[in-house]
Amino acid sequence: MKKTLIIIKREYLSRVKKRSFIIMTILGPILMASLMIVPFFISKWGEEVKKVDVVDETGIYYGHLASNKSVQFNYVMSDINTAKADLLKSDSYCLLYIPKPSLTKPNYALLFYSSKQPGISVTSYIEEKMEYVLENKTLHDQFGLDKKDLDAAKTNINLQMENVQTGENSSPELTTFIGLFAGILIYFSIFMFGSQVMRGVIEEKTSRIIEVIVSSVKPFQLLMGKIIGIALVGLTQFLLWIVLTLGIVTVFQASVATSVSNPKHDKTVQQDFPVQKNTLFPENAQPQTHKSDDSDMMNSVMSSVSHYDFVAIILMFLFFFIFGYLLYGALFAAIGSAVDNEADTQQFMLPITIPLILAFVMSQSIINNPQGPLAFWFSIIPLTSPIVMMIRLPFGVPVFDMVLSMGLLVLGFLGATWLAAKIYRTGILMYGKKISYKEIWKWLKY
Amino acid sequence: MNLLETRNITKRYANHLALNNVSISVPPQSIYGLLGPNGAGKTTLIRIINMITSHDEGEIFLNGEKLLQNHIEQIGYLPEERGLYKKMKVGEQALYFAQLKGLSRTDALKKLKFWFEKFEIAAWWNRKVEELSKGMQQKVQFIVTVLHEPKLLIFDEPFSGFDPINANIIKDEIFRLRENGATIIFSTHNMSSVEELCDNIALINKANKILEGKVKEIKNTYKNNVYHVELAGYNQILKEHLNHDYLIEEEIHDDELLKAKIRILNSSSTNDMIQTLMKFGNIHAIQEIIPTMNDIFIAKVNNDSIHLNTSSNSNLTE
Repeated sequence: MKKTLIIIKREYLSRVKKRSFIIMTILGPILMASLMIVPFFISKWGEEVKKVDVVDETGIYYGHLASNKSVQFNYVMSDINTAKADLLKSDSYCLLYIPKPSLTKPNYALLFYSSKQPGISVTSYIEEKMEYVLENKTLHDQFGLDKKDLDAAKTNINLQMENVQTGENSSPELTTFIGLFAGILIYFSIFMFGSQVMRGVIEEKTSRIIEVIVSSVKPFQLLMGKIIGIALVGLTQFLLWIVLTLGIVTVFQASVATSVSNPKHDKTVQQDFPVQKNTLFPENAQPQTHKSDDSDMMNSVMSSVSHYDFVAIILMFLFFFIFGYLLYGALFAAIGSAVDNEADTQQFMLPITIPLILAFVMSQSIINNPQGPLAFWFSIIPLTSPIVMMIRLPFGVPVFDMVLSMGLLVLGFLGATWLAAKIYRTGILMYGKKISYKEIWKWLKY
Repeated sequence: MNLLETRNITKRYANHLALNNVSISVPPQSIYGLLGPNGAGKTTLIRIINMITSHDEGEIFLNGEKLLQNHIEQIGYLPEERGLYKKMKVGEQALYFAQLKGLSRTDALKKLKFWFEKFEIAAWWNRKVEELSKGMQQKVQFIVTVLHEPKLLIFDEPFSGFDPINANIIKDEIFRLRENGATIIFSTHNMSSVEELCDNIALINKANKILEGKVKEIKNTYKNNVYHVELAGYNQILKEHLNHDYLIEEEIHDDELLKAKIRILNSSSTNDMIQTLMKFGNIHAIQEIIPTMNDIFIAKVNNDSIHLNTSSNSNLTE
């Protein structure tokens, strides 16, 4: 046991001290934080007003195209040729030309530009506004209705879900997001840290370090030491990511809150932040202001967030991450021990990656029916359960399923470790031989 | 009592027999050579003694006790194929291996300081292993093997990768370790180092032990009364003038000197031969040709009689 601890310590420290680990640890939170912060800046910087000159020969659109803060319609009375010439001299962004409708081209318009080709946001905005005007005209002419009346008649139903037993309510989007996020995180970390285990084993084997070590410790101790050491590296990384991301976002929020104090800007902050921020870091999601029109939506998100038991979700995440990783880590180590170099790993990787990828691919079907047989079985089988159970979890999982899944995962971990130890024991001392599945089968029987 | 004894060790792999009833006895404070051609089963035997692989049949005793996992700290093993973590610092790495052998950190540090200075590599303590030459890496590995002062040391080809100067340093260390009470098992193909170092040997071929004993006794057993004789002032063919007590295996006339290899066939002694030869001319030199370990090795492995040749003899004395 003492020796296993020494091995864990080396595996842990040698990786944590690596430059790549430090870079990943710093870059990760910056990336995650920028995912939340950048939209805020984009919304601020994107407010440049683009003037669109309009030459309307039909007279239908005149004065009816609604401008917004980024697209400003400017009606020009001159004919198209003068307008085109003016476009080059003026600061207008582009020129919209709507000729008189012909039989061949009933709804036709042309957009002239000088230097910069208009982006899709501008063109689709123009199209949308033109359609609106045209629809409005048709409604008015044929049915005597106004489009505004029709809009007023439209209602927006917000389907809120509530658990009869617990009284919890939730929004399906958020539930999906939490589940998917946790599932994908487990998927990637199993691959990332699993292949680290594999590479470590290959390094020790090809450099013959293993020969020296196995005369001091049992191969199993080395195997466990390596797997646990790397698991701790993973947990350290997660912890640092969470703390650093929270730190960056908090500092940013604080600086935004002090520098931008007028309500108009507060509104922008709120529009851009709530969903991402709350789902990722619910405990930090107290909104600072409630002045805007969005506060209703905000409140509903907030209340649904507070109804998830995040402590339970995080604990479950850790459980499924640790045991899922341990299971796969052992298998990755077995592969590493069976080959002489990384290029030979391909043929053995397949049976390991298939269940992982399958679980990943199935995620959409599982979200669509989180209590169905597919979701049930995939969240029970130890090879797929770490990912699928995390996706199911926020939708609510019966205690029986949960206990069964956790129990089987622990059993699966023990089985995989037993299997891996047998392959590992023989494999690490076998050189220069192309190993087949048949060969490995023999090792299991030694 | 022998320090190490293996009794009837048998090891089978899926489709071949690696060791067949191998028993060896290693006396304490001796250097024991484990010889054999490639693939004979030496490494398997060493791995079994190190408890890296398990054996199918037989027993192993260390110091009279049945060998168990907790004896591992009394054994130091320098494998033939050996490596170090390339990206790790030399000192850090030596400390790691020492701790895996059960030494405490402070103990290990103290002993490492001593050995690093002795081998003149102290300046490399904080360098990465990949910056070291192969010879230096070998030194580090040697240190790590002997650091915890094990009773039994197993060296598999310890001199490979060393230049002659460093090989001598290691050789002297091996003698010193024996003086200090360690028992050494030494596996090699290099027969000259066997003659220099080993007190006892075992020869393993095709999974079987085919020879074991003291080096001197083995050599005496395999000598067969052949003498190298140099005779001056005789230019006839010696063969035609000697009686049936002697067999001339080789005869060369070199100017005034006659060089011959003579085998004494009957019970006549060396003195009888000298008396006989004296009649022919002046005896310049006479020397019994003792088989080298190389001769014995090749003969035993090829399962035929010993062919003595002087050239291999002269190789050894170099």
